[in-house]
Amino acid sequence: MCLGIPGQVVELLDSHEHLARVEVSGVGRVVNIGLLEDEQLAPGNWVLIHVGFAMSKIDEDEARRALEGLELMGRAYVEEIDAFASSQIEIDLPEEVRAWE
Amino acid sequence: MRFVDEYRDPRAARSILDRIVELAGDDHFKFMEVCGGHTHTIYRHGIEHVLPEGVELVHGPGCPVCVIPMGRIDDAIAVAETPGVVFTSFGDMLRVPGGHGSLMDAKARGADVRFVYSPLDALRIASETPEQVVFFAVGFETTAPSTAVTLLRARDLGLTNFSVFCNHVTIVPPIKAILESPDLRLDGFLGPGHVSTVVGNRPYRFVPEQYGKPLVTTGFEPLDILHGIMMLLRQIREGRCEVENQYTRVVRDEGNPRALAVLAEVFELRPHFEWRGLGFISQSALKLRPEFAAFDAELRYSVPGVRVADPKACQCGEVLKGVIKPWECKVFGTACTPETPIGTCMVSSEGACAAYYNFGRLHREAAVTLGRRG
Ligand code: SF4
Repeated sequence: MCLGIPGQVVELLDSHEHLARVEVSGVGRVVNIGLLEDEQLAPGNWVLIHVGFAMSKIDEDEARRALEGLELMGRAYVEEIDAFASSQIEIDLPEEVRAWE
Repeated sequence: MRFVDEYRDPRAARSILDRIVELAGDDHFKFMEVCGGHTHTIYRHGIEHVLPEGVELVHGPGCPVCVIPMGRIDDAIAVAETPGVVFTSFGDMLRVPGGHGSLMDAKARGADVRFVYSPLDALRIASETPEQVVFFAVGFETTAPSTAVTLLRARDLGLTNFSVFCNHVTIVPPIKAILESPDLRLDGFLGPGHVSTVVGNRPYRFVPEQYGKPLVTTGFEPLDILHGIMMLLRQIREGRCEVENQYTRVVRDEGNPRALAVLAEVFELRPHFEWRGLGFISQSALKLRPEFAAFDAELRYSVPGVRVADPKACQCGEVLKGVIKPWECKVFGTACTPETPIGTCMVSSEGACAAYYNFGRLHREAAVTLGRRG
């Protein structure tokens, strides 16, 4: 959970939800970029991701270093990437949900 | 210096090490690395074996899984076992033993306990089910803003079946507690890297100003750690004592103002919170503000809230305060292993005991065979 994993922004999604599609080691997932709103992120930018949130903008060189460092971590890194791959944060609120409220 | 050859830039590592040897001279220095990520790097890369004898590293309390006390795990299990509750948690927390087993054990008994990567995953589950979804929030300021944003989103969506069992802690009070502790004489700190991307470097100023110890915010590569140590020694030798930033690539002095604003909007400080090994520390943890009471699992569910003493054999407290090294705990590697953890420090890969169990022992054996720093 404390491992920051470097990802590259591929596409900015719905601006209200502050979501972006990012790619981490070939795995594409959606993360929240709202905490970096002041950074004016654009496709191609690199970010460090913690628990589904981009927490800092980094340059490509730092992303590469961070990734190399993480790969050396072995199991902890594999588990983090697996966890990341399992994540699905987009909420498409269906009508029935509103009915439950 | 065999291990150095494995570093990304062995030449740079050697020259930093030469400088460390020169600065340390014949004196003895004890530095604490605050963050579990540092501990992991230090054991993974055998850093303690490339340092001169006079420079000792001790592990600090910066592993959020490790500092959660047994009683809070029991509280989490009580919530998880409430009928109709889907209990969501980061993976590491599922294996932490409480007084009556772990969340994994509760799951085996039939509780609906699910692993999630992000609090937003928990929120999505809540949006798809009529059941009550509770998120077990843990972590320092690195993850607390994520929980805060998730709560704001839950409020915007008007979800009434989502709540948070909040165990977020803050980094400054435990550092203070350690500085006040009579057990330990420290000469400086390697400050946490990722927490500081949120809080910045300013909150650490009390360390030099009130306690006369230098602190260098440091990154997670082996070279970063060596560089941070060199910066600490240089301050001491030059008669300076301040907060410095080694990790300027990622950490800014002012931190992330937006994340701090979100934290302030959603959370307030708890008067007291119990830390494993450190006891109760005042104003050291976060709880939901009254405006978010509807999302507060502690108010919604009856939690025992009982303080549970650590098992007798467990010495996590001493490990977390840096008083003993993992291998000095009596049950290390025998009764307590990553597969069957007795204490929290053996659970998370950033816990000192797990990091040492997985990597450190091998380096130590290699170092002994090669002759220290051979
Ligand atoms: S070996 Fe186990 S019980 Fe001992 S300090 Fe480490 S985690 Fe705690």
